[in-house]
Amino acid sequence: MNAVTPDSGLHYVEDFTRNKASLPGRQQPWVVALREAAMRRFLAMGFPTRHDEDWKYTSVAPIERGRFLLSSGQPRAVDKPQVDAQALPGVHLLVFVDGHHVPTLSKVDALPAGVSIASLATLLERRRSGIETQFEAAASYPSAFAALNAACMTDGACVHLAKGVRLDAPIHLLFLSVTYGLAAHTRSLVFAEEDSHAVIVEHHAALGTPVYFTNTVTDIVLGRRAQIEHHKLQQESVRAFHIAAITADLAEQSRLISTSFALGAALARTDIVAKLNGEGAECSLDGLYVADSRQHIDHHTRIDHNVPRGTSRELYKGVLDDASRAVFNGKVIVHPDAQRSDAAQTNRNLLLSEHAEIDTKPQLEIWADDVKCCHAATVGQLDAGQIFYLRSRGLDEETARALLTYGFAAEMVQRIEHPELRQRLDGLLRGRLPQQLEAEVLS
Amino acid sequence: MLKIDNLHVRVAGKEILKGLSLEVKAGEVHAIMGPNGAGKSTLGNVLAGREGYEVTQGSVVYEGRDLLELEPEERAAAGVFLAFQYPVEIPGVNNTYFLRTALNAQRRQRGEPELDSMQFLKLVREKLAVLHLKDELLHRAVNEGFSGGEKKRNEIFQLALLEPKLAILDETDSGLDIDALKMVADGVNAMRDPQRAFVVVTHYQRLLDYVVPDRVHVLAHGRIVRSGGPELARELERQGYAWLDAVGQQAGAGP
Ligand SMILES: Nc1ncnc2c1ncn2[C@@H]1O[C@H](COP(=O)(O)OP(=O)(O)OP(=O)(O)O)[C@@H](O)[C@H]1O
Ligand SMILES: [Mg+2]
Repeated sequence: MNAVTPDSGLHYVEDFTRNKASLPGRQQPWVVALREAAMRRFLAMGFPTRHDEDWKYTSVAPIERGRFLLSSGQPRAVDKPQVDAQALPGVHLLVFVDGHHVPTLSKVDALPAGVSIASLATLLERRRSGIETQFEAAASYPSAFAALNAACMTDGACVHLAKGVRLDAPIHLLFLSVTYGLAAHTRSLVFAEEDSHAVIVEHHAALGTPVYFTNTVTDIVLGRRAQIEHHKLQQESVRAFHIAAITADLAEQSRLISTSFALGAALARTDIVAKLNGEGAECSLDGLYVADSRQHIDHHTRIDHNVPRGTSRELYKGVLDDASRAVFNGKVIVHPDAQRSDAAQTNRNLLLSEHAEIDTKPQLEIWADDVKCCHAATVGQLDAGQIFYLRSRGLDEETARALLTYGFAAEMVQRIEHPELRQRLDGLLRGRLPQQLEAEVLS
Repeated sequence: MLKIDNLHVRVAGKEILKGLSLEVKAGEVHAIMGPNGAGKSTLGNVLAGREGYEVTQGSVVYEGRDLLELEPEERAAAGVFLAFQYPVEIPGVNNTYFLRTALNAQRRQRGEPELDSMQFLKLVREKLAVLHLKDELLHRAVNEGFSGGEKKRNEIFQLALLEPKLAILDETDSGLDIDALKMVADGVNAMRDPQRAFVVVTHYQRLLDYVVPDRVHVLAHGRIVRSGGPELARELERQGYAWLDAVGQQAGAGP
């Protein structure tokens, strides 16, 4: 055993110092101050280690050792057809390559009045952009990665929905990684004012199988009765590292639908925090992780019921094959004032191999007395009775297993309302099975 | 078509079938009756090839082949069909897709051309009409959330679609309302054919009023202890199985 002393991300500090003069907002004092403060925070925290309770099962040492480099210049040119193949039909498409918005690859159709979609980089170049307050709010940086992100952020999407506007076509944020060795620190903001509606797809993918590091943050603020669907699709290169944080603040009677489909990356960690801050707010957090070979996929979610009459629903499913490993940690905290909260959380896992491993930990903390809360976690294998039933009808064992695995996971796909997204996810899920199934399998 | 000779089967270390013999010829309908726990479902499972059923003695010959040598899917392709006493739910998998995959898997194994969606749909419509079934069940996941009766009807629908040569129906009539029972019986009768045989496990005379069997057998203590014509079922309905105790003692005391 060689004892590795963590260098607390010194490489990342040096890389920042070398490149900060070419980061967006370099002439804006508020941006410069924000970056410097965030970097100091990162330095103080250092990369988490396995001694941190929240990182007990996930080692980020490879990210430290990887010494990924900030991509501060122009992104590499990318073939448009390759991008189009990833884009969902009928969406407002924003494409980012190695952490930089590429307008020529993007396609945002005429937006209804009251909707604005801007790239973060352009807002950082403004003296007053309206997003400063959001950064102030986030200044406590829950993790070293969030601090590193604020220091190094290159780009992202800023979506603003004015009161009462409803955007029918989804916003597809496509973050593509194409270059070996780079770190992409992207940050997106969504402000949904009262009674506004939108569907946002946050999609991380790669061209080829480069090794890189994605460190992404998304903040969503929902005004009264606003409704936001946020679908995260993580399809990184199987050799990539992916760290993501999503936070959502929910005002009165607002509704957040969050899904996380984690299919790619060598190591992926997603933190989702939903704060029910207004009475009657509702959130549903769904997720599906599918891992094989030696993939490691970690989800940490936290739902804070801060005020009365909030509803939260959470269902995460996992399918683990080979020597893959997954972590699910779901906290639901019902604070003392949050009477009549209603929370349900479930995590179900299917292990297809005896070498696959899951650490699941649903955590309910209840500090109010008049509440309805439940949680459940299961870990199982394919059912012999179901396999026999299918084989007795003529299916060979491999097809039977593929069909049952699909059936287990498909529930998460079925819950997606948007037809094109549902179809895409269904195809991706079928593509991950040991045997190809046709498209009509979904019930 | 099917010849079972002195079959001994252990399940979870316990001997359940203890020297069962039965011969079924093409075109015949055999009813198997007997008390709970006698081994009727065990027999069906062994014939369909379920794992965990250890044959310690005896043989099963189906159309001149050693049936016990075959994998479950090979038996299906060879024409063996078991309608489950408790049909299994397969969440997330569309019923139509499942049925087409099953039918095509069998056809492929038999070297027959597969049916495309259109041909399959046409076949489905024909069979639905014969069975007076609503096609609503086809659009749902396999058996998921189906009522007990709907699951049984779905088994009969599969039977009609897959057109096996040897159909074993394990209490398909249990839990059915009168109309559904009639439908199941009509379905079976419509499929009666000189080339096809049925083994019908049931607890009730009711089904046998509609599907008149050629032979009725009583399975108890792991063996066929009595066989007769249709009148045997009526006799059992009147008398129950108390008389079996004597047989059991005999069997228990035997070598
Ligand atoms: N997997 C198993 N493990 C242990 N015992 C089993 C198993 N399967 C069957 N048995 C036992 O074997 C015996 C026969 O069961 P079987 O299901 O064949 O009965 P049956 O005749 O179909 O009864 P019923 O009329 O209630 O359906 C029972 O005592 C049952 O408990
Ligand atoms: Mg039985």
